[in-house]
Amino acid sequence: MSIHWNSFGEFLAMGGYGLYVWGSFGITAAIMFMEPIIAVRNRKNLVARLKRQARAERNKEQ
Amino acid sequence: MNNRLINWFKYASPQSFYPLAGKMIPWFVALATVFGLAGLWLGMVVAPTDFQQGEGYRIIFIHVPASWMSMFIYLVMAFWAALGLAYNTRLSGMMAQALAPTGALMAFLSLWTGALWGKPMWGTWWVWDARLTSELILLFLYIGFIALQASIDDPRRADKAGAVLALVGVVNIPIIYFSVKWWNTLHQGSSVSLTKSPSMAILMLWAMLLMALSFWMYSIAVALYRARTIMLERERGTEWVREVLQQEGAK
Repeated sequence: MSIHWNSFGEFLAMGGYGLYVWGSFGITAAIMFMEPIIAVRNRKNLVARLKRQARAERNKEQ
Repeated sequence: MNNRLINWFKYASPQSFYPLAGKMIPWFVALATVFGLAGLWLGMVVAPTDFQQGEGYRIIFIHVPASWMSMFIYLVMAFWAALGLAYNTRLSGMMAQALAPTGALMAFLSLWTGALWGKPMWGTWWVWDARLTSELILLFLYIGFIALQASIDDPRRADKAGAVLALVGVVNIPIIYFSVKWWNTLHQGSSVSLTKSPSMAILMLWAMLLMALSFWMYSIAVALYRARTIMLERERGTEWVREVLQQEGAK
């Protein structure tokens, strides 16, 4: 279970396949970062909207 | 018998599933993180060079998990859709709707990483062979499902229309899976099978399986999160959503 790479530069270069390997991992990381952020934002927006509606209804009743 | 049925359906109602999902999400996030870190360590730091593909083969650690999940999520989505058509349960449509965006992203990742793998190994980003084309159709099925549901205002009718589309599209899943056997494709056959021992080194296999588990747990977490939002939206005006909203304010 030893580390395969001799240097960080070697790790980044990926034996000449750096563009393809990091292009794959980069987009995956970006998507798995953005998807939860968008999901959280959508939920917050919805909760705020439903609360506004509930308040408006209460005001109408009074 | 009657009692058991009631118990089962208890969790099929949004107001009891909502808090259950809320408790489950942190666990799935934790599992996704642990499996992901272990898989990345094994796959990107420890695993040796492939004797044919050099370091380029490391794309496999996201390409295969993303492809598996794109197919598996579709099957789960179609299962919920079928349940919704058969029993008209409220939860089914919400689950199917919550799964579709993650499935679409997985299909996109499968195609994207496949292109970036194909270019250095085959010399081309894309070929119209059976495996690649059927995966592209899967992406279009997800997009079609999302667009169809979004275009119908009444959620119950949107669920029904979406369910029919999802079920018709299920036929594409075995086509993707077996395409490399049925047709002569540029895409290689599977390295992992249930009947033979795997044709890849054990360390690489472990890294790939850990990454697949991580993608799986991630998908469950984000789909459950989205399902909770959909539940609040669709059940607004009910007493339990009012209570949830009040608790949100207290926090």
